[in-house]
Parts: sequence; C-alpha cells; structure tokens
Amino acid sequence: MKLIYEQSQEGRRASSLPRNDLPVPEIPAELRRARPPRLPEIAEPELLRHFTKLSTRTFGIDTGFYPLGSCTMKHNPRVNERVVNLPGFRDLHPLQEDDGAQGALELMWRLQEILAEVAGLPAVSLQPAAGSQGELTGLMLMRAYFADLGEGETRRKVVIPDTAHGTNPASVTMGGYELTPVQTDPRGNIDVDDLRGKVDEGTAGLMLTNPSTLGLFDENIEEIGRIFHGAGSLMYYDGANLNAVCGISRPGDMGFDIVHFNLHKTFSQPHGGGGPGGGPIAVRDRLEPFLPVPAVVREDDAFRLDYDRPQSIGKVRGFGGPFGVFVRSYAYIRSYGPGLREMSEAAVLNANYLLARLKGAYELPFDRLCLHEFVLSARRLKREHGVTALDVAKRLMDYGFHPPTIYFPLIVPEALMIEPTETEAKETLDEFVAAMLEIARDAAESPELLKEAPHDRPVRRVDEVKAAKRGVLRYLFEDHPDLSTEPTAPRQLEAQKGA
Amino acid sequence: MSFLSLTDRDREEMLAAIGVASVDELFREIPEGVRFQGELDLEPALSELELVAHLEQLAARNMDTGRELSFLGAGIYDHYVPAAVDAVLARGELLTAYTPYQAEMSQGVLQAIFEYQTAICELTGMDVSNASGYDGTTVAADACYVAKHVTGRARVVLAETVNPQVRQVVKTYAPGFGLEVVEVPHRDGVTDPDELGAAAGEAACVIFQQPNFFGCLEPAPDLAAAANDAGALPIAHVDPVSLGVLEAPGEYGCALAIGEGQGAGNYQSYGGPHYGFIAARSEYVRRMPGRIVGETTDIEGRRAYVLTLQTREQHIRREKATSNITTNQTLLALAGLVHLSWLGPQGLREQAETCMALAEHAKERVGLPLLFPDQTTFKEFAIRVGRPAEDAIRAARARGVHPGYALKRDYAGMEDALLVCLTEKRTPADIDRLAEALAA
Repeated sequence: MKLIYEQSQEGRRASSLPRNDLPVPEIPAELRRARPPRLPEIAEPELLRHFTKLSTRTFGIDTGFYPLGSCTMKHNPRVNERVVNLPGFRDLHPLQEDDGAQGALELMWRLQEILAEVAGLPAVSLQPAAGSQGELTGLMLMRAYFADLGEGETRRKVVIPDTAHGTNPASVTMGGYELTPVQTDPRGNIDVDDLRGKVDEGTAGLMLTNPSTLGLFDENIEEIGRIFHGAGSLMYYDGANLNAVCGISRPGDMGFDIVHFNLHKTFSQPHGGGGPGGGPIAVRDRLEPFLPVPAVVREDDAFRLDYDRPQSIGKVRGFGGPFGVFVRSYAYIRSYGPGLREMSEAAVLNANYLLARLKGAYELPFDRLCLHEFVLSARRLKREHGVTALDVAKRLMDYGFHPPTIYFPLIVPEALMIEPTETEAKETLDEFVAAMLEIARDAAESPELLKEAPHDRPVRRVDEVKAAKRGVLRYLFEDHPDLSTEPTAPRQLEAQKGA
Repeated sequence: MSFLSLTDRDREEMLAAIGVASVDELFREIPEGVRFQGELDLEPALSELELVAHLEQLAARNMDTGRELSFLGAGIYDHYVPAAVDAVLARGELLTAYTPYQAEMSQGVLQAIFEYQTAICELTGMDVSNASGYDGTTVAADACYVAKHVTGRARVVLAETVNPQVRQVVKTYAPGFGLEVVEVPHRDGVTDPDELGAAAGEAACVIFQQPNFFGCLEPAPDLAAAANDAGALPIAHVDPVSLGVLEAPGEYGCALAIGEGQGAGNYQSYGGPHYGFIAARSEYVRRMPGRIVGETTDIEGRRAYVLTLQTREQHIRREKATSNITTNQTLLALAGLVHLSWLGPQGLREQAETCMALAEHAKERVGLPLLFPDQTTFKEFAIRVGRPAEDAIRAARARGVHPGYALKRDYAGMEDALLVCLTEKRTPADIDRLAEALAA
C-alpha cells in the first residue's frame, strides 16, 4: 500500500487552527527555516482511511491470541482507556503545583504502596520508563550504594545467567559494570556450583529473572541468596515474569534487594506496537536513600513531590514518570484487589495446560511443571524434516495466531517460547493446540506448507537481508528506490523474535 | 471485576489434562521458605462502575488546564491535539500490538514507524531516526552514548540553557557511561559560541537547545560550528513545533537532533507517557539506539517493512549493544505522526507563527520587565514579577490563572523570574486575564 507521503497533494490539508491579526515577530534570517519540511499534505478523510488501513494490517491482542513468550500479552481492559482520558489526568501539566495535583499524587502514592506490597519490599520509585530503564536504574542504585560503603572501586562485576533477556547484559555495560555469565544446570536452574566460584568481594550483584525465561522457578533461590548476601552483594529481580507469582511468591521474600515491574506486562498497559511501558522499581530500606527524585510522599492527608533526597542518584526520566501508564496499571490492580493471586494462578494453569497438550509433539528441554510460560524446541522437526522454529511460527499465522517468541532463550536450540496469559479462554487454547499439532504433522508430511507460510497475510516472508543491506530508513520522495526490481533472497536471519 | 475466562469446569478439565489435583500443586517447585502466606494487603476489588467513580474522584482533585487558565510550559506544552489523533489511537489493533517482531503480522505498525521516521528526518534535516525514545530527557543521554563511541572522548558539554530536567538525566547516566559533564553558563539568556567552543576542546559532544529553556533563540549555527571546530559532535535539542519556522539542525551542521515530541500529538498527562525523538546523520546509523524500521520486499517482490539493523540491539548483541532499550514509545510516536500529518507543512508553520505572535503580544500586554529584553523568543519568555515568583503564582492562581514556571527552581539569582508560555490554545482575551492576574 502507499505511504502517506505518496498520497500527498500540494495545498491539501486536514488542519484548521485559530488565526489572529497579531503581528508575527521577525526571525533572524540565519535562524529562519529555508525549506519547509515535506510533511504529508492530506485531507482528513484520506488521513483517517490511511491509518485505519494500517490498523487492519496490524495484529494486536484485540485481533487474536498472542502467546509471545516473556511479553505477557494479556487483555487490555477498555475501562482503563476511559479513565486515563479523564481531563483531570490527561490535561494536567507536570509542573502544576502539588496542591493542584493532589488526585494525581494520591494515585501515584497508592500505586507505590501496592507495588511495595506485591514486591515485598518497602520503597518504590515509579520513575523508570520501561523495564530496561528499571534495570539500568537498579544498577545505578548498586553503584551509589557501594560507593557509599567505600566499595565502589572494588565491586565491578554483575552476574547474569545465560538464560537472561538481552537487556540485562546491555544494561550492565551501560551502567559501567562488567558481566560475569553463569550457566544453567540440567534442571533449568542456575548452576550453583558454577556460581559459587564466581561470586566474591568483587561482585556488585546478581540480575535474575525468576521464574526464568524458561518459565521455571529457580529451586535453589534460597541458596543463591545466601551466596550473594554472604559476599555482601546485592540481588536484582528482573520483573518481566512477575505475572507468574503475584501473591504467590514475592521477590523481597525470595531475597531480592531491587525489583523492577513491567507495568505493560503484568499490569496490562497496552503496548501500542512497541510502547509505552513502565518500569517502576522497589527496593529494600538500605537502598531507599539512593532512589531517583522526586518521590511521592504522604503527610497527613496531603501528598507532595519530595526532591530533598541528598543521596539520590538523580533523575532517570522527566518529571515523575509515565503517569498515564500508572493510571491504567492502578485501575487494573484495583479491578482484582487481593485477588491478584487468581490472575497469576490462571496464567500458570493456562501455560501448564498448553504444555501438557503439546509436549508430545515438540521437544521439551526441561521436563518440569512450568509457571506462566514454557519453552519447546523444534530441534527434532529440524533434524528429521528440515523445518525450523521460524517455519512453525510463520505457519501459525495461517491459523490466525500470533507466533510465540522464537530463538530465545539462547540456550534452547530452535526455541518456541509460549506464554498464553490468564485472560485466554480454554477454547482458544484448544484451537491453538490443534493448530500446533497439525503443524507438527504437516512438518513430516507436507513441509512445504510450513516453508512457504504465511500464505494469507498482507505480505509473504520478507527479505530482512535486503532491508539491512539497502538501508532505506525513510521515504526519499523523488529519489525513493523501487526495491521490487532488485533480486530477493529470502534468507531469514534466525534471530530472536519476541521478549 | 476480573478479566478471566476460565469456568470451574474448564479448570477441572485442564487440571486433569495436566495430571495434578489442584492449582496449588502447579506451584510445588517453589521452595516452601519463599512462598507468600496469606493474602496480599490490598484494598477490595472494584466493579467497573466503582472503579470509574473512584478515579473520577481522584481526577477531580487535579487542576487541569481546562479548569485553570494555564501559561505553564517549560518542556511540556498545552498544544491542541486533533480529534484524528484520538480516533487513530483508539484502533484496537494499533493500541494492543506488541513490538513488531513478526513482520508479516505487523505491516501496519511497521509502515507507521517508517512514516514517523520520515517525518522526524524531514523536521530535523537528518538522515535517520529511530522508532522513538522514552522522552526528551533520555534521548539526550542516548545521544551522549552515541557521541562517546563515535569520538572516543569522555566529556559532555551542556549549555546551561538546556532544560534542567534534560541536564539532570544526562548527569545521572554519565557516571555509568564513563563521562564527565561540563556546563556552560548563559550570557544574557543565550549561549556564547566562543565559550561553548572553548569548553568543547576534549568533548565527545555539545548539547544545546533551540529555542532554549528561557524561550530565547540561540545562535544555533554558531554553536554548532564551535562544536565542530573543536571536534565535538553538535547536538541540538529542538521543539518540533518550532521547526515550522526555525531552521532544521541538519542544515546548520549538527550531528544529531533530539527532542521531546509531546507538543506534537500528545496530551500533557502529568509528564507522560510521551515520546522522545533522536535523529542523526547517516554516518552514525550503526551507533543508533533502539528500533529502526527499514523498507524491503517480500519474496514476491511486494513492498514490505521490517525491523532492521538489529545487530545494534540488545537481543542480538547483548553486552555489546548500542543501548539496552527495548520498549520505546511507538504509540505516542504514532500520535505524533498523525498530528504532523494533520497539520501538514503549512499548518505547522501557522501554528508556530500563532504561538510566537501570541507570546509577543503577551510580553507587551503584561507589561512587566523582561529577564532577557535583547533576545528574540519563540513561544516562551521570562519576566520579572518584582516579588518572589511563588507569591505571584499563588496570587494569580487564586484568580484561576496559572501564570507560569518559577525559574528559581533551577537557576540561582532568578528569585522573581517567571517563564510564561503561549500556545495556539490561548487567546488575546486569555492574555488580558493573565495581565490582570499578574497585577493582583
């Protein structure tokens, strides 16, 4: 379909703005814009049709089942959209005086209290904009904490298991730390023997997702806690998989000192094709003085932003954080109340049901009960029939399902990482099982069905190599190339897709 | 209220298929010592009606810009958001999609990101934009990380006229990046190119803001030239609305252009979520943070879009990635694209001119001394109110007018200074009310 720029006609426009007769001041010539930006020139009817058409070429959780592992694609209640658009929230300026923002501050304070309770840790900062920024903030807190103890120069290492999300090692580097990888044992837990030799007085901390990206709870978590705390190190909890354990096991009780939440996963902020998200962090008492400013504090019945935190690491984002995300997540949690536990129970039940139904047809590298997600391998299909996890993923599209996360975690070859979430009906899960079983059969009998999939999407498989090689990253107007005339080699990079 | 679909019968059948007797048994691998006993101490669940009533009560305790005539700006602006933006963002497919990892399922959102990248490049005069950053503060830290790797230098120079929140975030990130931060003071409200150039000697980059935090127009081409002469990357932090009338940073030698997108398409929302944008010259594309969409074809030669140059990113490169960013602000950037498409080049220019004309009118009508009388300003300007700024704010608010931002919160020696902002939503009659409220 056409780009919006290709529909542009000079002199056409959708906007009407108030005009007045006031004189426009002169802009010095050297600062004045010489050539207008080539923004689309389009009337409103075609503008709406264009974006409506784009929406029909996009698959969301509203469209269908979206078992993208580690992304927790659950239902996004529409009441949350209604309340976030209340003028008192939507049209509130972030520099409004505290006495003019009492409702917003109370909501943030209440959310802080709730997150502290769910984490089992006393102090919360809502500021980080996403999980990965929560991670980086956590590492900054470690740095500030150890600097305060006079150990800032010596504690340089952060331990991360090989199952971790890529954000963990990337955050370690951005935070100025060095990475110490640790292996996974045959049951899918951290290899504790490998770990023991790697943790010492040079270790700042651990970053761990629990349950892991394999969907498995680390059975040695208490021993792991003793190892790190015994060395004076801190433990960071990547909350990407918190949907498994709300009200069932709290990170603070597991021994973690710093936790981030992914509000767009666990608490249902719609992800909008890539964001927004929210990555609040909760910490133990001894880390509270270092949290970002401002914090929301309550004094009697009034709420205010507190900037007076002399040991704070500073600010990691503008203002108090992504407030609209807080409104939606707060609304989501208040819909469940203490029944948040039922949310996690249903998520785990749904995942185990899928696992039980699928493990005969696909390899299961770690044969245990899972929590909110599980990882299958298409290794046998590849060995015996030459079809890959990517082929399985593409064929699922023909059944109207979004594929799971594939090629992650990295320690499982031909990985298919499946997370149904709690909001799916059993009939949907049964339809997905039927599709997966049929695909496994077709892999043996008609592998071309998988190889050539998808068949009925707006496009067939795309040439990722051409995209990277040609580097066409914006519309180039009269110089825009016609890539359809250039040869296509549909070699797909077997890269992680999801999480 | 809950959003679960499972019936009791479903649960029984599913437990039987799994081969366990109860849901509790599914958690048997969690060690006893770390299991949470009892019930979370949370308030009782609310029905949808109760929830709406509760949140309406909270919202009613905020003085939004519909209830109080507001002249607050300072980085977040009460610009008009057209109805078309709301309509597009209400499309469930766009609202509830995840990051477009599977291109065949996501052509719509991928094309939208490509169109957004094009709009940002057109506004800024740059070659490449990513799919968005968190906000106008974090993209500054991202830009410093790019500059550090491109130049191998370990210093960042910030003009003091850059939004204080942006500077604070850069300072928070800098130690982890191994960067030292140096600030260059303003001279009569703007930055002196010679002074900036002297500080840029060993610097990876220089960040200045156009229009700057005081609303004044910086000698941006001279600042960029001073940085280039010193071998530091010039980075302009720009307001997208201003780019309807002000020169694009790419046209005066900047290496990167960054900014807060909120004013183009997003509500104020007490500070977020919004989108930050970051755009660069093509030579820096391999150091760019975050998602980038590229054009390609499918196997049948049809035009298609896909996430590209992913070997920069954390899920491939892990500790060697150019950034840890995964979640970005695509939905808010989409709002930006719809907004800019609604405006078009003519609308954007008219909007900028209207803001500027209203601001100039307000300067005269308010009649208070300007903090920087010699400077040309865009939609904001600083005045001296002749008493502590908070007193003037309190008195004006008692009359239903929020007159602006107290600069003393960030700058020494500005006890009586107020930063006043005008958008196209304000009228000459509103300005009369401002003048009266400030005289109170």
